[in-house]
Amino acid sequence: MGWNTGMKGSATKQAEKKTRALVQPDAKGLQLIAWEANERALFERQYRLIALFAFVVLAVYIVQLWYLQVAKGPYYRTRSENNRIRTETIRSPRGIIFDRNGVPLVENRPAFHLMLVREDIKDAEALNSVLKDISVLTGKSPADLASVLEANKTKRRFEPIRLVSDIDRDTLARIESRRLRLPGVYVEVEPRRGYKFSGTAAHVVGYLGEISEEELKKDAYRDYQSGEYIGKGGVEKSLEKFLRGQSGWRQVEVDALGRHIRSLQERLPIPGRDMWLTLDLDVQREAEECLKGKVGAIVAVAPDSGEIVAMASSPSFDQERFVRGMNAEEWKKFIADTSHPLLNRAVSSAYPPGSTYKPFVAVAALEEGIVSPTSIVSCPGFYPYAGRKYRCWRDTGHGAVDLHRSIVESCDVYFYTVGMKLGVDTIAAYAKMFGLGEPSGVELPSERTGLIPTRDWKLSATGIPWQKGETLSIAIGQGFDQVTPLQAAMAYAALVNGGTLWTPKLVTRIEAADDGDSDVVKPKVRRKLPVRKETLELVKKGLVGVVNEGRGTAHGIALKEVLLAGKTGTAQVVRMGENVNRKAHQRSLAAHERDHAWFVGYGPAEKPEIVVAVIVEHGGHGSSGAAPLAQKVIRKYLEKSHPELRSRDDAGEQPVPEEAD
Amino acid sequence: MRGNNRSRRRRIKVMMDRRLVENFDWSIVFLFFAISCLGLVSLYSALYTQIQIHPTRNLFVKQLIWFALGCLIFLATLFVDYHKLKKLAPWIYAATLLALAVVLIVGDGIKGSRRWLNIAGFNLQPSEFMKLALVLQLARMFSSQDVEPYPPLRQLIPAAGISLAPALLIVVEPDLGTSLCLLAVAFTMVFVLGIRWRYLLVITLVGLLSVYPLWHYGLKEYQRERIRTVLAPERDPMGSGYHTIQSKVAVGSGMMWGKGFLNGTQNKLRFLPEKHTDFIFSVWAEEWGFWGCSVMIALFFLFICASLRVAGRAKDRFGMLLVVGLTALVMWQALINIGMVIGLLPVVGITLPFVSYGGSSLLTLCAAVGLIENVSMRRYAFRPS
Repeated sequence: MGWNTGMKGSATKQAEKKTRALVQPDAKGLQLIAWEANERALFERQYRLIALFAFVVLAVYIVQLWYLQVAKGPYYRTRSENNRIRTETIRSPRGIIFDRNGVPLVENRPAFHLMLVREDIKDAEALNSVLKDISVLTGKSPADLASVLEANKTKRRFEPIRLVSDIDRDTLARIESRRLRLPGVYVEVEPRRGYKFSGTAAHVVGYLGEISEEELKKDAYRDYQSGEYIGKGGVEKSLEKFLRGQSGWRQVEVDALGRHIRSLQERLPIPGRDMWLTLDLDVQREAEECLKGKVGAIVAVAPDSGEIVAMASSPSFDQERFVRGMNAEEWKKFIADTSHPLLNRAVSSAYPPGSTYKPFVAVAALEEGIVSPTSIVSCPGFYPYAGRKYRCWRDTGHGAVDLHRSIVESCDVYFYTVGMKLGVDTIAAYAKMFGLGEPSGVELPSERTGLIPTRDWKLSATGIPWQKGETLSIAIGQGFDQVTPLQAAMAYAALVNGGTLWTPKLVTRIEAADDGDSDVVKPKVRRKLPVRKETLELVKKGLVGVVNEGRGTAHGIALKEVLLAGKTGTAQVVRMGENVNRKAHQRSLAAHERDHAWFVGYGPAEKPEIVVAVIVEHGGHGSSGAAPLAQKVIRKYLEKSHPELRSRDDAGEQPVPEEAD
Repeated sequence: MRGNNRSRRRRIKVMMDRRLVENFDWSIVFLFFAISCLGLVSLYSALYTQIQIHPTRNLFVKQLIWFALGCLIFLATLFVDYHKLKKLAPWIYAATLLALAVVLIVGDGIKGSRRWLNIAGFNLQPSEFMKLALVLQLARMFSSQDVEPYPPLRQLIPAAGISLAPALLIVVEPDLGTSLCLLAVAFTMVFVLGIRWRYLLVITLVGLLSVYPLWHYGLKEYQRERIRTVLAPERDPMGSGYHTIQSKVAVGSGMMWGKGFLNGTQNKLRFLPEKHTDFIFSVWAEEWGFWGCSVMIALFFLFICASLRVAGRAKDRFGMLLVVGLTALVMWQALINIGMVIGLLPVVGITLPFVSYGGSSLLTLCAAVGLIENVSMRRYAFRPS
């Protein structure tokens, strides 16, 4: 830009430019001269023509606008007011959830809502009279109705407000017959959830709730609208995308009073996809019956496929209450309930596994060559370590114990000894191999991971190195150990089916979508365990002994017709002192400090068809508090394939001889 | 490092050059911002329902982001002397033409047409960028020394070729509106150079003669239906006449002073699926009435006049043609779009410049305004040869 130095005013500018062109008549200069001389005048004329063209066209537009907006304005104004198109959303019915035999656990029923469009009501007086009529027809107090209007004040006047939701059929009939006298009022139909067996499998099925403001902001719910109902728990939540379907819309032409004149266009909703769960309603109900009045969970799985046949958690809740809607008072009470009825204890609670952990320690010991089936450990009733006595559950001791007896009689001292030899990390490696302390991948929300401690874990979590004495409590499933009932069931399933760890399967089939999605859900193997068959057979023999040998800890639940097997367990809630009398100790404890009772069992022992894990919170001993429940559930399941079980009632129930761990 | 510094300093010097600032045409920028503001007001109203549902994630917010980006592009185009673009023009044209071909093969289909190209998460419409590329390339071709005023046919044929190639590719997408717009822009640029009467006569004759075969073989049934609709919209009120009738009701019901901001009933009842793009003017007309429409139209007219004034003062023919082409772009889109909304022209998919929702379109327009300003700023600024 060297050329511009010395330029001052615009007058000199012109002059110098000409000078330059004359002084330096290079090619570019010549072109510029030609441009100035010949073309500029022509082009100027052409621009004027273009501007004129634009002017004429736009003038025509102004005339047309005058015609439309001023001359015919009142006509179009009336037309826009009288002849209006409303777009209504048509909600899609959610997919139905069946049990494995096709019994519907959740269905849809039509719900009728009374809607009001303020714009269609002339003035406040007319609104008042409409509200009064509605109050008489529905039995709602005028104050309630007014508060609904107040809550929707920010909505625009043409937007419908849901004045009364879910009116019954009598009210519906009364309103329909008076529709013409109620301007701005119409009835909207919406599919709602209906429960034939409300409260059954409530935790697995889940419940619906209105989408919250926070959820609306999330990416997962980007095409949702406020006021929509979404799954808030169970498969309703985890499989929302299949169950929801796609809502449609309808354009309706309405008159000045908001009455439908005709439907213009519509897109029908795509219903949600139906779903068949692996649950068996009969077994599920039996499990829930067993837990009645108790706090705990029962999980029944098929060991040959990982299918969850029953999953009960107690206390449960009534899903109907969520459909009807709770008022603030009810909701507060519900949430404040210290027994947490919404919590699915089968997957969202973790407990120390107690002695149900011992078979996995036994597997570890056999696989690592720490013990042979015949090696003997002497149990005097305690294990001395670092100047302390670690007690066996049986104060008098078990004497000389081999592997089989250690499982059958659940000898703590045997596992203290073996555990110290294995070390905490080896035990943890085997436990994790069986899926303990790991998310199982079940299709349910908020699954707990549980915990199987290792040295590294303790150091990083607490900053304190592992104390060797802590391995003692780990070896018998106390202390840091935490597993969910579902994990326990899946681990036992792997133990008894020859070493296949399944991903828990909750859904057998999802109705095929139009785009031809595969509809059958195949069982998924999580891993094949690298454990010798002989090891598993030895441990299984021990588990059979637990139920069927005279000194077995769950001797009381043996059935004549079918060979059952399993393992009892007791999860300590409060640590017991060294020299305290066991029974007196438990009696002295308040209810919420008593031990949790565990039992994981299966049957028939020769070819297991069902594995059941039971936990009863503060239920005391596994043998008395949990094992009988597991027996009932196994029996219920086996009744179908073993008719001989069906004829006799309560035959298997004998008084439990001894409270054993 | 030092070289970089120097070049930066030089660029700053160019910007600071007194005459560059003196020749900056503020009226263009003012009109650009004025129309854009009215556009954002209309868009807010058209998207109000959506904004209420998703206050942070809606098309309005998206458009604001596009607008901010557009302003950056506007500023960026000021810095580079437009003569540099003259050299680049063929490459830009070729690259955009390639993109148009690619979009036909891999483009994202929306409502049955393939217009969009997804690049790094942004849906871009190469046909919008083609408008710029074509104007640049035509301006370059016509600014050659061989081309005299009233160019003969042999000089017009290559220009026709490079206009028809993208027009055909875009028609296949199918996007008849943009394609027509390209041809109209090309014609305007030829017109400025001076067009001989016999050519005009021949074009008119060919046009008239091709009406019949075009009507029967060239147009699709829905396009024929739209043209019939303009002549008599009431013949099929629920079908093809639907848009035209509802749009006219919206415009007419605005009356003299409009229903007021956010009070349009035709708008909020969602009667028009394209209300935030092609029919945005009807939203404006309903809420602001005849006076609002007059203001909007006046602003567009002033913008066209101001741009043509820049063209008239341009330093050379390339700059002049560039500005004429860009002005024609805004002009034709505005004329066709408004004509369509008030029921004087058939419904073709053409957006209202600066007003309709659309990122690619807005970016293109901002670049166009930047280029017009660029030519204006450099009308006396000679480079040493």
